Amino acid sequence: MAQKRPGSASTWQEHSESKRVPEGVWMRCDGCQATLYRKEVERNLSVCPQCQHHFSINAWERISQILDQDTFEEWDANMRPGDPLSFNDRRPYPDRIKAEQERTGLKEAAVTGQGFIKGMRVVLGVTDSGFIMGSMGSVVGEKLTRALERATEQLLPVVIISGSGGGARMHEGIFSLMQMAKVSAAIARHSKAGCLFTSVLTHPTMGGVAASFASLGDVILAEPKALIGFAGPKVIQQTVRVQLPEGFQTSEFLLEHGFIDRIVQRSELRSTLAELLDYASA
Amino acid sequence: MAKIPNYRLPFEAPIVEMEARLVELEERYTSARTGEESAANEIAEQVRRLRRELIGLIRTVYANLSPWESIRVARCDARPQTRDYLTLLCDQFIELHGDRAVGDDQAIVTGLAHVGERKVMLIGHQKGKTLAERQAANFGCAHPEGYRKAMLKMRLAEKLKLPIVCLIDTPGAYPGIGAEERGQALVIAENLREMSQINTPIVCVVIGEGGSGGALGIGIGDRVAMLEHAWYSVISPEGCATILWKGAEHAPRAAEALRMTSREVLKMGIIDDVVSEPLGGAHRDHREAGSNLKSYILRALNDIERQPREELLDRRYARFRKIGVFTEGD
Ligand SMILES: [Zn+2]
Repeated sequence: MAQKRPGSASTWQEHSESKRVPEGVWMRCDGCQATLYRKEVERNLSVCPQCQHHFSINAWERISQILDQDTFEEWDANMRPGDPLSFNDRRPYPDRIKAEQERTGLKEAAVTGQGFIKGMRVVLGVTDSGFIMGSMGSVVGEKLTRALERATEQLLPVVIISGSGGGARMHEGIFSLMQMAKVSAAIARHSKAGCLFTSVLTHPTMGGVAASFASLGDVILAEPKALIGFAGPKVIQQTVRVQLPEGFQTSEFLLEHGFIDRIVQRSELRSTLAELLDYASA
Repeated sequence: MAKIPNYRLPFEAPIVEMEARLVELEERYTSARTGEESAANEIAEQVRRLRRELIGLIRTVYANLSPWESIRVARCDARPQTRDYLTLLCDQFIELHGDRAVGDDQAIVTGLAHVGERKVMLIGHQKGKTLAERQAANFGCAHPEGYRKAMLKMRLAEKLKLPIVCLIDTPGAYPGIGAEERGQALVIAENLREMSQINTPIVCVVIGEGGSGGALGIGIGDRVAMLEHAWYSVISPEGCATILWKGAEHAPRAAEALRMTSREVLKMGIIDDVVSEPLGGAHRDHREAGSNLKSYILRALNDIERQPREELLDRRYARFRKIGVFTEGD
């Protein structure tokens, strides 16, 4: 029996690190190989001024780019993961969490709360692709679900900005899988209450995150050239054993196939969200 | 020469060997019956003793299966699949093939069925038995059209006020170019959202493999159960082993780490029940496996209906809402 067992929601091996703006005064762009002045890239919202390559940014930088200044009120800031499986790969899961917390300054891969975009109140969730690859375990699932439930109670629009190469987090086993169900059910209730949910996909949005909340936006936006899909390209390659088409699983590919609504440059994201929210505040 | 069943599960070797001895002994008894009575009685006694021993051996082997061995049982070629259960459970089955969009995905079977006194919408993954069937069904790995077909039929069930039964048996949703082009992530996400709102009772049972999002895509219900040797996990043991230990050969270790057996998943509060399998696994006795599954489904549907109908969706929401392990505060 020559059955090829697919890696399912796994894309871990492929996007181990989302590319951040590196340290140092000068840096090289992954997109065009140009040598750039780091400060200038940062001033440009971490987008290459020459080729428009979008570097990954952390959750806090994202929030400050999107919301009106000093309007963010964080929710459930102290929520931390448990270790329901006593999982140990090369190190115990609690140690891995601790190391990630120290490295990123985050408690978990999602930051949620409320704030204002050009004066319009909005519930915001951001997953940080740098924290265990932005993967969803119990904390990401619970934070997003609570955010959606609060938004439903107060009839507020929700924006979730996803960056997750990891999908559903392996280390919490089936608890992570079930978060997909939990968040998706909360989105159903939010939608039934007549509220707008806008999903913004950034590089990369894969696996169980793509196969749950990220794909369920009433409006779905994506940053240019983000990798978005269910199975990772390497797993697909190993299964089908043919060359993957040019631009496969990019934002542009998804737009062409009808699965997202718009590709939005980072510099336009805040104003695009504001324009959309205006339609929901009639 | 006695016919030795070909189970191909390595830990079943002593069982298979003893079964062969039993068949041989039974043959000797048959020929001894025409001869001297006391000799025949002596062999008959040996047959009885060996039968008891065999049951004891199967019980011991199966009581001590490692997680990986249990997964081998879930994947066993001879294990009953959705189409077998259709024959075993249903007095009638009208298969409905169409997804109204792309094509008929052989990896998901849907249709109207009679189960005992009940009329239901039955939805299940099908892996296939022969190589041709397996290839046609992509070994039970469904494409977006399969998940769309399932959702369409669930909507029909809701309209006809029929309960829905989902039989889950997939290594995972298909990872391919066409699947991505046609929105694999989207259809699974939509099924999760929509199944939380389908206003009719839903019973889901993992009958073999519960592989990740591909399993969950038809896995939102008011009752969720697993057959005794089924597995249910966020990722296949091979996938996990490849990522964490750099090789699929470490799958047995991953199977243990992921806690994916029915006993573990029940203990973690993810499923409501474990459905017993016949002694030595469902593959040894399809009839008994079918009868266990049938009585579970009927009992679960009765249980659901005993609760106030208007609370159905709130209860389903709460069922998944409470899942998660985390701490709060400083
Ligand atoms: Zn550049």
